[in-house]
Amino acid sequence: MERPTGSDLVNSDQEKLLPGSSSLAILLIVFLSISMLILFSIVRGGVGHVAEGDGGRQAFGPAEISGVEFDGELLPGIEEATTGPDQGEFLVPPPPWSESGYFPCTECHADLDLNPEPRVLEEMHDDIELNHGPSDRWCLDCHNPDDRDVLRLINGRLITFDESYLLCGQCHGTIFRDWRQGIHGRRQGYWNGGKSYLLCAHCHDPHAPAFHAITPLPPPVRPQFLARTAQEEAQEAPHE
Amino acid sequence: MSEKSFDRRTLLVSAGLSTMAGISAAASGKSTGWVERLLKRRFVELSDARREEILTELEEACRVKYGRDDITVTDTPALDGVEFAYGLDLSRCVGCRRCVYSCVHENNQSRDPQIQWIRVLEMKKDHGIDFAESNVYYDPDEVPEPDSFYVPVACQQCRQPACTKVCPVKATWQEPDGIVVIDSDWCLGCRCCMSACPYGARHFNWTEPRIATEEINPDTHIFGNRLRPNGVVEKCTFCIHRTRKGRYPACVEICPVGARKFGNLLDEAGEMRYLMREKRVFVLKEELNTRPRFYYFYAT
Repeated sequence: MERPTGSDLVNSDQEKLLPGSSSLAILLIVFLSISMLILFSIVRGGVGHVAEGDGGRQAFGPAEISGVEFDGELLPGIEEATTGPDQGEFLVPPPPWSESGYFPCTECHADLDLNPEPRVLEEMHDDIELNHGPSDRWCLDCHNPDDRDVLRLINGRLITFDESYLLCGQCHGTIFRDWRQGIHGRRQGYWNGGKSYLLCAHCHDPHAPAFHAITPLPPPVRPQFLARTAQEEAQEAPHE
Repeated sequence: MSEKSFDRRTLLVSAGLSTMAGISAAASGKSTGWVERLLKRRFVELSDARREEILTELEEACRVKYGRDDITVTDTPALDGVEFAYGLDLSRCVGCRRCVYSCVHENNQSRDPQIQWIRVLEMKKDHGIDFAESNVYYDPDEVPEPDSFYVPVACQQCRQPACTKVCPVKATWQEPDGIVVIDSDWCLGCRCCMSACPYGARHFNWTEPRIATEEINPDTHIFGNRLRPNGVVEKCTFCIHRTRKGRYPACVEICPVGARKFGNLLDEAGEMRYLMREKRVFVLKEELNTRPRFYYFYAT
């Protein structure tokens, strides 16, 4: 038997070494992928990843929400304003206080003496918070002293409460222009026909016009909590 | 000679197929559009009479499945000379999510598992518009929070939509009035469009959509808010069943601050043209050249 030469020895060593290194590589790949999986499950999937008290754990539908009218009725007359002879007219609901019982103002004010002095109101209208522009703002800047059922523009023209937007537009000219064009404010109805506008005072309290913060509706459910529970699936299974 | 035999073969195959289709249609009667799928004919290519039949079949299917007989399925076509566009005033939006739930209410999305077409992103004023830093799960007691602004995102109704290009079966396309629609009967559920959409506007029905019978909106459009089956993609269609009849979309009417605007882009005197002329307007992810019809603006 011939002894193997030096080069043969080297070759057989390499042949021995090769399978070992590839299995090492496979082990490495397996190890890496498992650790990646664990990492991903920690970063994304975990229910515990969401901080206690954060929203998005439960799915809400419109039916569970109270205080928002999703099936709001259009103002009567909008259909006629779309197809009828008054086509293109914009409808405005009556001013917001018209059912509160204050109006007509002259019921009381006709018999009262006029006191133009700014003061703290105590007997009536003490619920009105006046926070609108400069601090020396006073009732009679807008309300007409001689006949309280109407408002008075700066130029002396008297307008009804239905046209109060003219009064607001004296100072808020750019907003007034946007409102007339349909850019400012909420409207409902037909984009190519009759629609209803709101008066400034429907959304902004004229005495303190800044918009108040409101409660948001619930956030969407997070993917971790999206899946139905096994119990729910089991309950539904017989139907399918 | 070979040409003639080819003709005969085509004739025989199609005759055979139509007979088969006719028989099975008459026999089953409930698998809507099954015949057309077999013959590779799409809903929009059909005759008026056959379309009417399919709509009736869909209504019948809803009646059987949900037990309500007032559900109508229409295929109101696009109006002439109309290209819809949408405006959203970021300076007014307070992030109250009224639009989100109004949309769910109007468009028959699945309540559980939850699907919402509108997502309202809360962003920090320090960061500006930054999707990576945005948060959709914000839940404070009151909005708006002083350091935040809110960007509601739904389908942007792109002029060059990536989603319609990737659809392998052309189940989604752009209508003449600009609305990108999906035919749920053709959708395979491959979700290519979802990965193509850069706005996350498409949503998938992973299970049978669940919606209480009394909560169904019975006024539906075949490419819009009709009741969807399991395994199809769905998206905002500018309330196609309302807007093609002239009404505003539901989200426009519910918005308590009037931040949402809608109209015809081709109407010079309309509100959309006014706001594009007068206001600072931008679109989301302009660099992708999707050319959205959904314009964000600052009115102040």
